[in-house]
Amino acid sequence: MSMPFYVSPEQAMKDKADYARKNIARGRNTIVIQYADGILFVAPNPSRALHKISEIYDRIAFAAVGMYNEFENLRKAGVRYADFNGYLYDKSDVTALGLANAYAQTLGTIFTESNKPYEVEILVAEVGRSADRDQMYRITFDGSVADEHGYVAMGGQADRVAAALKERYAPDLTLAAALDVALAALADQGDSVGDISASQLEVALLDRAGEHRRFRRLTAARIEALLAEARPAPEAAPDSDSEAGSGPEAAEGPAAES
Amino acid sequence: MGSDFASGGRLPAAFMSPGTSSFADFLAGHAPGLLPGPAGPGQPGMGHPGTGQPGPVADLPHGTTIVAVECEGGIVMAGDRRMTSGNMISSRDIEKVFRCDNFSCVGISGVAGVALELVRLFQVELEHYEKLEGRALSLEGKANRLATMVRGNLAAAMQGLVVVPLFAGYDEDREVGRIFSYDPTGGRYEEQRFQSIGSGSVFAKGSLKKLYAENMPADDAVLACMQALYDAADDDSATGGPDLTRNIFPVIATVTGEGFRRLTDAESQEYAQTVVNGRTRRPDGPAAPLRTPADRA
Repeated sequence: MSMPFYVSPEQAMKDKADYARKNIARGRNTIVIQYADGILFVAPNPSRALHKISEIYDRIAFAAVGMYNEFENLRKAGVRYADFNGYLYDKSDVTALGLANAYAQTLGTIFTESNKPYEVEILVAEVGRSADRDQMYRITFDGSVADEHGYVAMGGQADRVAAALKERYAPDLTLAAALDVALAALADQGDSVGDISASQLEVALLDRAGEHRRFRRLTAARIEALLAEARPAPEAAPDSDSEAGSGPEAAEGPAAES
Repeated sequence: MGSDFASGGRLPAAFMSPGTSSFADFLAGHAPGLLPGPAGPGQPGMGHPGTGQPGPVADLPHGTTIVAVECEGGIVMAGDRRMTSGNMISSRDIEKVFRCDNFSCVGISGVAGVALELVRLFQVELEHYEKLEGRALSLEGKANRLATMVRGNLAAAMQGLVVVPLFAGYDEDREVGRIFSYDPTGGRYEEQRFQSIGSGSVFAKGSLKKLYAENMPADDAVLACMQALYDAADDDSATGGPDLTRNIFPVIATVTGEGFRRLTDAESQEYAQTVVNGRTRRPDGPAAPLRTPADRA
């Protein structure tokens, strides 16, 4: 392809990065948070069919923000990578680190070699035998990898959500508490997130204690039950009590501070 | 395959293409040498394990008898633990009944090496489809996939490397257990009530004929399978009976609406002990009534 005007590499890269960053920031957040018995994934997502959170392998899951067709393509490639290596070697030889590296190389190459970078940010998480062996890798559109611990927020205003998570997060949360923390952090954003109902949430987890495949999606009923377990604590502000039964509406309530 | 990741460790193009949801098809396109069977197409040096000449290879390890029985709300499958090479016993404790996914299981007989590989591929196939498509295959769909894989082994089967699986599972739509058997050409046959494959299957089936009852509880079906395997081991030298000295007992799996469950060795031992105790009193096992109530009337 001929280039009629000279564009410095710095400028080209910066333009691509700005483009990708801007489009990723338009989407809603996805939160990944470690809890005592595994790793929890939460994303506001009205669609039942187009998932932002998915299973990759027995202990590995995938979460993404950005353009659906692009991260869906990466997800499928990841499933093929994992199943291929698990078949070629052994199930225990499929690791989140290997997959994160493959994703990083792939995204890095696309970023430098093609005109349009992928507008995605993905997270690969692996649940270990104990909490200190859990692994979470965040891979951004340009192929850089970050090794994350505790909690991760991706998507629009990720920094603010991460700050909100930092305030509330503690190691070894129960599942209900971790879900509560994640929803409170989402609600903190002051955008339309406040009115999410359980049916508009995509929630899944990697269960440390499971057998075979650890990935499970949580149904709306289960989400509401968990929230009811987390919210109506006796020390919670009394004004949120009336809402306890209705579950997710209490997301932005003061109870989240407990 | 090392060469796949030569391009700086990034995912190969085949992984990123829209392509198929079948793992076996993906392998056939991307790495055909990894498909089960002795001669993956275009794989020099992976020819016939013998001399490369046609004709059966003598004395390869063979797996033997598997039984499956429909029961109330599901199925029970059981397999003995013996593997034979010609007239030698090559393993006393091989497992031949496997979980495919949460609602199905497969038992294998025939050349063990190829059969085990086939099962491994089938397990990945089901899980792969479920992950890519976001829903599990229907039981019928799983049975058909297995038929294709058995057919894929036809060339090897003609050379004597025959593999025959027995597939059973819980049909979530119809809410019943179903059993499928296969022939080496990939023919798929749905069985009613019970089925057995392998060298001892003649005796096992004869035994099950007398022991089977419509809609029997899973507990009874397990005992019926144990009796049938005992009868098979009684008359077929390639089928192993319960080994009370080494504590090796048949592998038993149940698949119901609750999912797949392999009975623990202790549970299996209990059933085996019941059968053995019964046989010490009556070596030929329980007797069926000679006349049905209708005959007497």
